[in-house]
Amino acid sequence: MSVNRREFLKYAGLTCIGIGVGGAQLFVTRAKAFSGYTPTNYGLKAKRWAMVIDLRKFEHEEDYKKVIEACHSIHNVPDFGNPKDEIKWIWTEDFEHSFPYQMNHYVPKEVEEKPVLLLCNHCEHAPCTRVCPTKATFKRPDGITAQDYHRCIGCRFCMAACPYGARSFNWRDPRPYIKHINPEFPTRMPGVVEKCNFCVERIETGKKPACVEASEGKMLFGDLADPESEIRRYLDEHFSIRRKPHLGTQPAVFYIIGGE
Amino acid sequence: MLEKALQGGKRYWTLIFILLGLAGAGFFTYLYQLKEGLGITGMSRDVSWGFYVSQFTFLVGVAASAVMLVIPYYLHNYKKFSKIVILGEFLAVSAVTMCLLFIFVDMGQPMRIFNVILHPTPNSILFWDAIVLNGYLLLNIIIGWNTLQADLKEVPPPKWVKPLIYLSIPWAVSIHTVTAFIYAGLPGRDFWLTAIMAARFLASAFAGGPALLIILAMIIRKYTKFDPGREPIQAVAKIVTYAMVANFFFILLELFTALYSNIPGHILPFKYLFFGIDGHMKLVPLMWLSIFLAIFAIALLVWPPTRRNETTLLFACIIAFISLWIDKGFGLVIGGFVPNPFERVFEYWPTLPELIITIGVYAVGFLVLTVLYKVAISVREQQLS
Amino acid sequence: MYDGGKIIAGIIIFLAFATFPFYSNIGKADIKPPKPSLDTPVIKELAVKKCVEPKEYMRANHMQLLIDWRDAALREGKRIYINSRGEEVFISLQNTCMKCHSNKKKFCDECHSYANVDPYCWDCHFAKAKQEEQR
Repeated sequence: MSVNRREFLKYAGLTCIGIGVGGAQLFVTRAKAFSGYTPTNYGLKAKRWAMVIDLRKFEHEEDYKKVIEACHSIHNVPDFGNPKDEIKWIWTEDFEHSFPYQMNHYVPKEVEEKPVLLLCNHCEHAPCTRVCPTKATFKRPDGITAQDYHRCIGCRFCMAACPYGARSFNWRDPRPYIKHINPEFPTRMPGVVEKCNFCVERIETGKKPACVEASEGKMLFGDLADPESEIRRYLDEHFSIRRKPHLGTQPAVFYIIGGE
Repeated sequence: MLEKALQGGKRYWTLIFILLGLAGAGFFTYLYQLKEGLGITGMSRDVSWGFYVSQFTFLVGVAASAVMLVIPYYLHNYKKFSKIVILGEFLAVSAVTMCLLFIFVDMGQPMRIFNVILHPTPNSILFWDAIVLNGYLLLNIIIGWNTLQADLKEVPPPKWVKPLIYLSIPWAVSIHTVTAFIYAGLPGRDFWLTAIMAARFLASAFAGGPALLIILAMIIRKYTKFDPGREPIQAVAKIVTYAMVANFFFILLELFTALYSNIPGHILPFKYLFFGIDGHMKLVPLMWLSIFLAIFAIALLVWPPTRRNETTLLFACIIAFISLWIDKGFGLVIGGFVPNPFERVFEYWPTLPELIITIGVYAVGFLVLTVLYKVAISVREQQLS
Repeated sequence: MYDGGKIIAGIIIFLAFATFPFYSNIGKADIKPPKPSLDTPVIKELAVKKCVEPKEYMRANHMQLLIDWRDAALREGKRIYINSRGEEVFISLQNTCMKCHSNKKKFCDECHSYANVDPYCWDCHFAKAKQEEQR
């Protein structure tokens, strides 16, 4: 039997396709033993998680430190000690730079000098989730802007998109820079973006966010969609502001600055 | 046809090996970056995109500029471009290759690059950018290769290439429009939040790309037997002139809106770029250089005697290219990040490894360009004999 | 044949590269088949020594299961896995899997090294850090 070149190529091609299809089938028909997934029955539930930070109640440096330390130690947030590689989930900034569009020259001195606690705003219309090319950062139905470190490709589009500077990138391996490791929570790897997760791992196991717990009542956490919730009542009674409201992102973190 | 790239003189091979050496240096530095993380670059929490993304942005423009030769030749039947259209198309291939490489070296987790396809996200501009860039690369390879092969055999190009050529025209516009949309739709970055961004990108692209083509054409004329011809070069020079003026005009429009509206967020990036803020002024000399070179180039290009004189034209093209590179390959991206969302200033400057990787990527691009141009020029030389 | 010498030289170089994995491993074949160890304090104390799914299933599919777990917990907020026996398992690599299999080196790495795979789970997740670190 003689096979010319054309025929040889034809059969070779067909063989390749055959092998490919067979291989794909092996892949698809892999056994599945599972029965199902379900949320925990002891998790906290809300339609729209939100936070109120009552800055009036933060008096000493210690008050801020406790809150930040609670978050960063639980989530294995590294401390690089330099602003270039810095990673932070919650931190302080002075009033002028926290609210650059709301600053005037004649605010009371105690407000002007008071540090503001900053964290991810978990915006309703989050620009970061809009730009992410892999859905590594995404909105959960309960309003939390989540970040999937397994999927993040490290393009940092979300960092350019976030108007609040809430996102940090792992420029280097974070592990050597974590002072006290919490073995219950993972770290991150170099090359992914991270930020505050509103303590989703705690909420889903029935606990409030670590910062709220550590603040001892200076910060509130609850369901913005429920008119009867604690934070809704608090917002009804106190005048609150949010960062850069003109951008239409609808932040879920509210600040109470002054007044009784 | 590719075998023509293997038959070259000593000068050709020297160039190839120099480029290979630079690419190799870049590659090994990239391995270092892969191991250590992007922390070896000058990028930071505040300036989270730097040199890589800037070069990507700039080179998308160079790639798109091929259309400035395609339109006159294929749509207006301007026959004088028949010999040099291929130079534009192959320049586009090389430029898009560099764009893709720059995106790749900028990624924190490059092994996961296929997540973009695995989890397609149409609301992300980067998703579309990946599509249009790869599509444009493919289009130009197919078109360039087939038309050149037809030239070699002295037959008209196959009929199915024509629709692809027409498709490549809007496609070229799309790559730069989509790239502009990466920036122009972000709510917190006032410097980029401008509707004219895409138009400005296209104008600077149609100035920078053709300026580079003129430079390349003159190099080709000097070192090979193929002469692209005086008239086509003069025609391209006019394109550069118009586009340069348009781009400068667009920058002035940006300045007007920012300054006259007096909105701090829009003024501050310009203030940082041209005057510095609180003593932070790393980019100030470069930005002024860009402006002066642009004005000088426009003067040389607009005044007919200096445009018609090929020596001054070459000079004008070189300074125009440098000016546009500073503006778009540096200032545009960095200006968007400074000041940061807290209106604080944290500056950026590329590090040595970052520069070596950047040069490495450019070397790969020019290697592709050299090989493709070698093929194209060999075909043209063959036609002469 | 034109350029016969060059072609033959080229073929030889190609073969040298293509067969590199084979001859570079000659003499290393005495590597023993992996025997993942179940000898950990937590497993010892278990009344019924059963993983979340049958052994055979876990052996073949644990990687897919972990990926499904990951997506369910992280992306869908479903942190409970109901296994084929109808039991509820809290989804967590660190706090569920590694609680029993606290011997990463003798359990996970045993097969992974043998198969020459290097999953990056532990770039972020701890292999029951408390005990590992104490050693």
